[in-house]
Amino acid sequence: MVASAKAPTGIFGFDEITRGGLPHGRTTLVTGGAGCGKTIFAMQFLVHGVRQCKEPGIFVAFEESPQRIIANFKTFGWQLETLIPKMLFFMDAQLTTDFLQAGDFDLSGMLASLGSLAKTMRARRIVLDALDVILAHLPDAVSRRREVYRIHDWLLSSGLTGVITAKSASDDKDIHGVQPFGFVQFMVDCAVELNHRMIYGVSQRNLRVQKYRGSSFDENESPFVISKDGFDVSTARPLVRTGMPVTTERVSSGVTRLDTMLGGGYYRASSVLITGFPGTAKTTLCGAFADAACQRGERTVYVSFDSDGPEVVRNLSSVAIRLDRHMKSGLLCMISARTIIGSSETLLVRIKALAKEHNARCLVIDPVSTLSKSGNEVTAHGVAERLLDWCKTDGITLLCSSLLDDASNQQYTGTPLQISTLSDTWIHLNYLAQSGERNRGISIMKSRGTAHSNQVRELLLSDSGIHVADIYTLGGEVLMGTLRWEKEAALRAATELAEAEGAIKRLRLETEEAEINVRLQSLQRELRAKQAEVSLAIQAIENRRSESSLDLARVQQLRGADPIVEDNK
Amino acid sequence: MNRRNKFKFQLYTAEETQNSSLAFSNLLAICKAHLADRYEIEVIDVFRQPQRALAHGIRMTPTLVKLTPYPQRTIVGTLKQTTRVLAALGIENSGAQSLPLV
Repeated sequence: MVASAKAPTGIFGFDEITRGGLPHGRTTLVTGGAGCGKTIFAMQFLVHGVRQCKEPGIFVAFEESPQRIIANFKTFGWQLETLIPKMLFFMDAQLTTDFLQAGDFDLSGMLASLGSLAKTMRARRIVLDALDVILAHLPDAVSRRREVYRIHDWLLSSGLTGVITAKSASDDKDIHGVQPFGFVQFMVDCAVELNHRMIYGVSQRNLRVQKYRGSSFDENESPFVISKDGFDVSTARPLVRTGMPVTTERVSSGVTRLDTMLGGGYYRASSVLITGFPGTAKTTLCGAFADAACQRGERTVYVSFDSDGPEVVRNLSSVAIRLDRHMKSGLLCMISARTIIGSSETLLVRIKALAKEHNARCLVIDPVSTLSKSGNEVTAHGVAERLLDWCKTDGITLLCSSLLDDASNQQYTGTPLQISTLSDTWIHLNYLAQSGERNRGISIMKSRGTAHSNQVRELLLSDSGIHVADIYTLGGEVLMGTLRWEKEAALRAATELAEAEGAIKRLRLETEEAEINVRLQSLQRELRAKQAEVSLAIQAIENRRSESSLDLARVQQLRGADPIVEDNK
Repeated sequence: MNRRNKFKFQLYTAEETQNSSLAFSNLLAICKAHLADRYEIEVIDVFRQPQRALAHGIRMTPTLVKLTPYPQRTIVGTLKQTTRVLAALGIENSGAQSLPLV
């Protein structure tokens, strides 16, 4: 099929499910119980056609007056009134209260009017909303069927892409076991079923494409929510995905030694999970991350399910994490959703909307396990998966904490949502009860693509901040808290003693050396004195000898003797 | 109701469909039986004049609109339940001349 054979609905997720939208120039039936969102679905299809595809549309209202419909749709950001009547025409097809019926009738009049209208405004799309209302006025099944065929034939010949909505109480069959208007489903080219169930009091909306002639489609039920932008249908991620940017940039966890343990911090746009029992400082680590992100100037959204925003801020200020300044500067958006009850789908959509609105680069969800609260067990896993996927796609670094309920269960069997398998980094916090103390331990369970420490460290919280300390293993036992402190003190003492001993020894040796030096000097002096004596003695001998030879010469001179001949031989 | 008011009718029909033909013959029969010459019927084929149908908010065919005398009334269908139709149109049922209607 060529791409142009589909009419995009602009419904997030639905166009993916149907590989492009509704069958172009054909008729689609949307069924569902009261309050399922049939009219919204249909309206979004029309509005998208008008705004994005330049296809004018007609809305035929059988159940409500156009004025009421337009008023109801004011809450959506679609501004219907700006499109009326040139691009979007509302036809009031209600049966008025003073309407009197006598005998059989048909819808030719309406179709004739519509035909002329469609021609004038060059309409390409049409919605027949709540067709069941008008059909109910027809006297018997035969005439009902006749009118449906009449409409269908007319739609086909007009070339308009049509959406017919009709009520169907889900699983509700009439006494003959036949779904009312069931035959319509066989006639149309595409049938979409919406349902709205309560699971443990929590509303869950689902959409399913029942049939789609000439096209492949996702056959599963897809959860959806209705937000102010209309439908948001969640889809499984497409099998083929390429070109997703992957970065090697690291972002700080907010705790210096934890960054070291992770080999430089978390990867940007990765998902980080912090699990732990109540009170193991999950929120504190979340806060540290948010603080660090804001200090880097990155816009951050912090969703707190456990306590109110101001409470979180106050509590974190006790460990020198000051989030208030970031809230003031507008970098940090603090959302508290403490008492929220609703489907996890809705939560996801809200979180997504908030993060988009805030233009967030970092997202903290504390704790993400809230998503699986009452009635959401079934869907929460899918929601968490899509949350992670969405964050990755949008390049948002996601930090989730997750509560482990069973404090006695020290086995790391994973988290209620099984995010642990999906997330890139998993940090586990636990208590170690030992010699009358409970101490917090921190360890990295996994961290994809980063060298990380395999050691359990002790997490210390104080008014100067968060510190991660080495722990000691002694005889196979881990030392934490006071025991660690004692061990550290003992080590310190031993070192001091050794140092002192060394100093004393050195001193003694130095003394000995000095003594020897002194002795050496006196001996040298003695030596010099002896040497002086020796030279003195030699001098004396020399002198005497020369004096005696002078005397001899004088005697000889006086006697007039012959000169003495030197006889050296 | 003895004032000899003239009844002005507009009958919106869809070409020669069965329902439309039935409505026309039923209306004609009622008029002949109860209104003698005090009636005026304008037949509007919605396929020929869709703009008129659109302007008057005619969705179903056949639709009978009684313009005068007041109040204006609209009846949808083949007009086969005579008593009901007569009551709605404000025509006194003289009883005697009622014809078997299809």
